[in-house]
Amino acid sequence: MNALNNKKWWPYLFIAPSVILLVGFLFYPIANVFILSLQDYNPTKPYANGFTGFDNFTQIFTGDKIFYSTLVISLKWVLSEVVLQLLLGLILALLLNQTFRFRGLARAAAFLPWAISGVITATMWSIMFNEHFGVINDLLKRIGFISQNMAWTANPSTAFGSIVTAELWRGIPFFAITLLAAMQNIPGELYESCKVDGGGRWRSFFSITLPFLKDTIILTTLLRAVWEFNNVDLIFTMTGGGPANMTMTLPMYIANQAIKSNNYGYGSALTVIGVILLTIFAALYLKFSGFGKEE
Amino acid sequence: MNHKLEKYCSLFLYRYLPLTLLLLFIMVPFYWTLNTSLKLEGDITKMPIEYWPAPATFDNFIMSWNNVGFSLFFRNSMFIALSTVLIVLVLSILAGYAISRFSFKGKNAFMLLLLCTQFVPGAMLLIPLFMQFKAMQLTGTHLGLIITYSAFQLPFNAILMSGFIRGIPEALEEAAEVDGCNRLQAIFHVILPILIPGLVATSVFTFIGAWNEFLFALMFITKKSLFTLPVGLSYMQGEFDINYGALAAGSVIALVPVVILFSYVQKYLVQGLGAGAVKG
Repeated sequence: MNALNNKKWWPYLFIAPSVILLVGFLFYPIANVFILSLQDYNPTKPYANGFTGFDNFTQIFTGDKIFYSTLVISLKWVLSEVVLQLLLGLILALLLNQTFRFRGLARAAAFLPWAISGVITATMWSIMFNEHFGVINDLLKRIGFISQNMAWTANPSTAFGSIVTAELWRGIPFFAITLLAAMQNIPGELYESCKVDGGGRWRSFFSITLPFLKDTIILTTLLRAVWEFNNVDLIFTMTGGGPANMTMTLPMYIANQAIKSNNYGYGSALTVIGVILLTIFAALYLKFSGFGKEE
Repeated sequence: MNHKLEKYCSLFLYRYLPLTLLLLFIMVPFYWTLNTSLKLEGDITKMPIEYWPAPATFDNFIMSWNNVGFSLFFRNSMFIALSTVLIVLVLSILAGYAISRFSFKGKNAFMLLLLCTQFVPGAMLLIPLFMQFKAMQLTGTHLGLIITYSAFQLPFNAILMSGFIRGIPEALEEAAEVDGCNRLQAIFHVILPILIPGLVATSVFTFIGAWNEFLFALMFITKKSLFTLPVGLSYMQGEFDINYGALAAGSVIALVPVVILFSYVQKYLVQGLGAGAVKG
């Protein structure tokens, strides 16, 4: 009871359970992955398990063609998702920031995909993309864009575009929500004085809105880039990384090594590379968010 | 007259046209899933495609709920999500309170821990966490998932909660302490009642996160009777002969709680995400 009355202990008592949970189940496993990456570990082949030094890494960098292609596809994936989501999210936020009837309803509807899981998103879009009875084939045929049905998610040239579209659907709200929040902090007088000076819609957008949103855009883009890099469940459900590894990102490759091939050692080595890549992003985020400066 | 026409034109071009197009893009998948789930099995694959389910039927829902096992998946997901909410709620109130009310050695390090864990990638933890849980004999159990989801959901919600608590004047607690409450009693009787909207928002975000998670549930759970909804959906798509009506109905079943909860809290989202995730 004495310790409880001593105020010095309070904050530590309060954060202790959180620290235990985070260190025990997020940090400790991440640290563990470094040890695991130096081993051959496959639960289905216990006779071959054991330390092999840097063999996994040597194999990744010299003999694994899929690894290099996953880096390129990850980059393509992150870039296309972030750029398209940012652009459409910004437009959506600008639209929803105006006052009009049913704005509340429009906002609720527009934000909804944010809450939908990758698996459900993938399922919904897979039904729409279906080769034989998909509504997308039907609509595109009606407007004369295509002449015969396409197998969107199974065709190597359209599979990537298909998963990008489905994830775009799920990602626009994130930018719309965060940018809308930032827009509401812009003082209205700025726009009024811009109007007095004869500035039109575009002028006020480029000289007031955009500069004001700059910091938010940088931070949300970095955060989203990390999240999209890590995104697996949608790809896993829609294409499984196929066809011909055309949609195999690095995290998807790791998940495949773990879930489909039981190659825990090799998958861990890939994970280590992923963690190092992500650390760069996290450092950038911390730098831009000015962490530690205020406190 | 001409001026009025110009105004309508610009309103249409700059507001209603783009808004309609974007909202269409967002709403169509919902409509199409519902439409598919209400069609008779033969009507789903019938050509030309029917844009309206006629006749509408609930057979697919009955099928997926009773025969495919979605009633069980639903219960599993609900149990896991609610348990996660409970843990995250308690821990994030404690952590959020410590951050916003105390200055203590190591506070910055703790903040950094919270921020960094927002970047810890799910797929990258798949293998080490699986090995760890195997050693703890927690694979194949819901408890393993609950612990994992709590760890993943905690950082964001603790930051969010600290923001909510910071918004409550400290004088209220001091007044309670003058009245003879100790700190814990003051938190319980003064802070928590004011915090309720924040607690609701936090609970819903946590619930949605746990409800939606897929990879760990896929990796940890092998027994079909323990499946969660996302695993059940993915399992159906792995089958040779996919029943699309039941698949669509399963998706709708998985969507319903999220849509209801989300419609209720989406107004907090603009403040919450703006303050919590982005500004740290």
